[in-house]
Amino acid sequence: MSEFVGPSRARPGQERFVAPLEETPLQAVDAIDVDDVPESQWREAWKRLRVAPLFWVSGAMILLLAVVIAFPGLFTDVDPNYKQLSESFKPPREGHPFGFTQQGGDVWARTLYGARASVTVGVLTTVLVAVVGIVTGAIAGFYGGFLDSVISRLSDIFLSIPLLLAAIVVISVVNNLLPDRGFWVAVTVVVLALGLFAWPQITRQMRGAVLEVKNLEFVDAATAIGATRFKNLVRHIVPNALAPVIVTSTISLGIFIVAESALSFLGLGLPTNVVSWGNDLSDAQNTVRSGQHLVVMWVPATALAMTVLGFILLGEAVREALDPKARKS
Amino acid sequence: MTETPLLEIKDLHAGFRSDRKTVVPAVEGASLTVYSGQTVAIVGESGSGKSTVAHAIIDLLPGRGVVTGGQIMFEGHEITQADKDVILALRGSSIGLVPQDPMSNLNPLWKVGSQIKEALVANGVAKGKEANARVVELLEEAGLPDAERRALQYPHEFSGGMRQRALIAMGLAARPKLLIADEPTSALDVTVQKQILDHLDKLTDHLGVAVLFITHDLGLAAERADHLVVMYKGAVVESGPAFDVLKSPQHPYTERLVASAPSLASRRLTSARAKVREQAIEAATEMAEELKAEEEHVGEVPPDVIVAEELTKVFTLRGARPGSSIDFTAVDDVSFRLRRGTTTAVVGESGSGKSTLARMVLNLLEPTSGRVLFDDVDVRTLKGKKLLNLRRQMQPVFQNPYASLDPLYSIYQSIEEPLHTHEVGTRKERVAKVRDLLDKVSLPASVMQRFPAELSGGQRQRVAIARALALDPEVVICDEAVSALDVLVQAQILTLLNDLQAELGLSYLFITHDLAVVRQIADDVLVMQDGKVVEAASVTQVFDDPREDYTKKLLDAIPGGSIQLGV
Repeated sequence: MSEFVGPSRARPGQERFVAPLEETPLQAVDAIDVDDVPESQWREAWKRLRVAPLFWVSGAMILLLAVVIAFPGLFTDVDPNYKQLSESFKPPREGHPFGFTQQGGDVWARTLYGARASVTVGVLTTVLVAVVGIVTGAIAGFYGGFLDSVISRLSDIFLSIPLLLAAIVVISVVNNLLPDRGFWVAVTVVVLALGLFAWPQITRQMRGAVLEVKNLEFVDAATAIGATRFKNLVRHIVPNALAPVIVTSTISLGIFIVAESALSFLGLGLPTNVVSWGNDLSDAQNTVRSGQHLVVMWVPATALAMTVLGFILLGEAVREALDPKARKS
Repeated sequence: MTETPLLEIKDLHAGFRSDRKTVVPAVEGASLTVYSGQTVAIVGESGSGKSTVAHAIIDLLPGRGVVTGGQIMFEGHEITQADKDVILALRGSSIGLVPQDPMSNLNPLWKVGSQIKEALVANGVAKGKEANARVVELLEEAGLPDAERRALQYPHEFSGGMRQRALIAMGLAARPKLLIADEPTSALDVTVQKQILDHLDKLTDHLGVAVLFITHDLGLAAERADHLVVMYKGAVVESGPAFDVLKSPQHPYTERLVASAPSLASRRLTSARAKVREQAIEAATEMAEELKAEEEHVGEVPPDVIVAEELTKVFTLRGARPGSSIDFTAVDDVSFRLRRGTTTAVVGESGSGKSTLARMVLNLLEPTSGRVLFDDVDVRTLKGKKLLNLRRQMQPVFQNPYASLDPLYSIYQSIEEPLHTHEVGTRKERVAKVRDLLDKVSLPASVMQRFPAELSGGQRQRVAIARALALDPEVVICDEAVSALDVLVQAQILTLLNDLQAELGLSYLFITHDLAVVRQIADDVLVMQDGKVVEAASVTQVFDDPREDYTKKLLDAIPGGSIQLGV
């Protein structure tokens, strides 16, 4: 396999050795691989996401949830608002797989229809928080100085107030002003109240990411080309700073759904005539105390837990896919 | 009959697990032998498997690395299949390691002394007070002055060179028989590199320690080692006595390496450079005359495209007490002229202010005093459209090819961006221009749809050059543009820059810490130290007859510079 060249005055094992050229064919210096399909960062992340079991599990959960929200009628024929006291706590029977609530409503139907309210609040709050956080964070990180100080101190203040407690206070004040709330007014109130105290997390994260990106050389290169500061921010810096914010937002979606349920459970979130998991859990409190008919609580509670788990798992899968350390470089 | 080699590696295969079944090979059949007291160097470009070999010896392959075949014999004993305990006993006491990056290999929370003491205690060399005394001795031995005080300091109080000395002290703490030095000085300035390697040489000679030296720099390897092992794509392609290999390389890869090592080949390239200059000045003069012919340009086009006058930049740093501040002069009264169609190199070690200078010339940073004239116009006075025009004429190529391209932009978008910003041409014309630019930097048009992450460092640097050329600039400012690249790629990019200069009459301001490459590209040199210009002269003058001691020191520190191959 090997051939020795030259006199072997060297010590054993250190004779002159030259590998035959066939074994390691020489390639052009820094040759470019033209066979691979080009991949953007997002496409690459998608490719990694595609092979992650976590993504498929969470994706299936969220897809199922989406179907339930869009077409709850596929899974039940019962009207969730129909209640008959004579059916109070009746056990399951044909067409009513989980029996009846204290008020005589169908547990299964109420849980299916309740998804809509919970997820609406979660998605809207997440979008609001992300938009506010990205804009304020980008401004603070990029322009610095006075604007940064104002935004950072404001976010410090809001971050020091516990989310749920603050939302309780705000919502109870607003609820007194608006005693007759429809579904959308109530949702708006909850979303704004949660958003008011949840934006600083995204702002901080975005600010940090922007600070990191804005010192990279490609930003200097763009400046040297003649790009204005604002163009730089929008075209180069913000897109490169988004990945961590996307991950946090996905995970916090689950947290906002829990928050909505908690508020409704306390009688502050959505009005009691709206079918929602929080309201149903609130109604089911008695069952915990008596230890009987626990299924009335378990069904909406499980739905809530699975929904939140789905979003948190998805966030985890997205985080792994977007992890810069896992990227090829 | 013969002595047993200290270390013998036979047909080693190693790789990295990508999933449960497949192993991506990194080393395919590497063999080498080290005798006690010898210095053996493994030379190869990044990705050649040289570090994998070194780490396989002490079973420290990172993450999913596995040895898949072959033998590693230490003092005649097979250690690839050995127990963890055996390897543990070997590490430190028989085989020491000096790792690559001095910045991240010391624990920032521990005093340097205690980290060395840990090595002594772990190997059962000394304990307690005895160990403390030994630590001081070891640090002194590694060439740290005032060792007693230094041992009580934290890593952040050490410079890069001092940290590397501490790591050497640690590697040698238990008096191993073999010291593996994995690119021990790649992150350091050349003068510091020379000091440390000289010291390491002396120390290992004195102690009779064998050294396995891993490096990408052929000049450095040839200068320091008795025996050379050249690796390429995971295999040993050539090995033999250092001087023999260098003098008569047999494998085409070794030939290539020898031909492009800047320290070894720069004499030959100096003559090539003269031709480039002739053509470039001609092209530049033509361009300047064309400019003059355009009616909007009033007056003469000056022969010096950039003139820097007494540039000074003072940074205000936070002082020791709250509210107090210290002035730090990064660039101190620097003046120079860049003649049209030529290259002026700015050479200096890290912290000499050369990058700050480049940023001021590029008008990315405001000078504290002094001014930069571009075609006789002060760049700071330009606003709006005129500033945009200046940006067109002066373009940068930055050091880090991994950070200078937006990772979310395709190659097409990156190169097209300047055209887009300056609203040059229609969409179709811009596509044609990008194609043309890619062709100029010898990249296939098919890379247009690719993203930076898919290209190597050298390829990205080509893209960065293409982007810089998109607006047909007169001046390109290269800030350490080839420093992060492997020698072969470095030589390729330098050739490209030379060709482009000859063809387009470009003027370069070439910032570098590496004097060896200066000869291949520059006509004039500014040597900077602590923000000041200590010597300014033509390349030949600087190389053949340096005036300042500092310049001599820099020249002296070029690895492999002492080797005369008679080319």
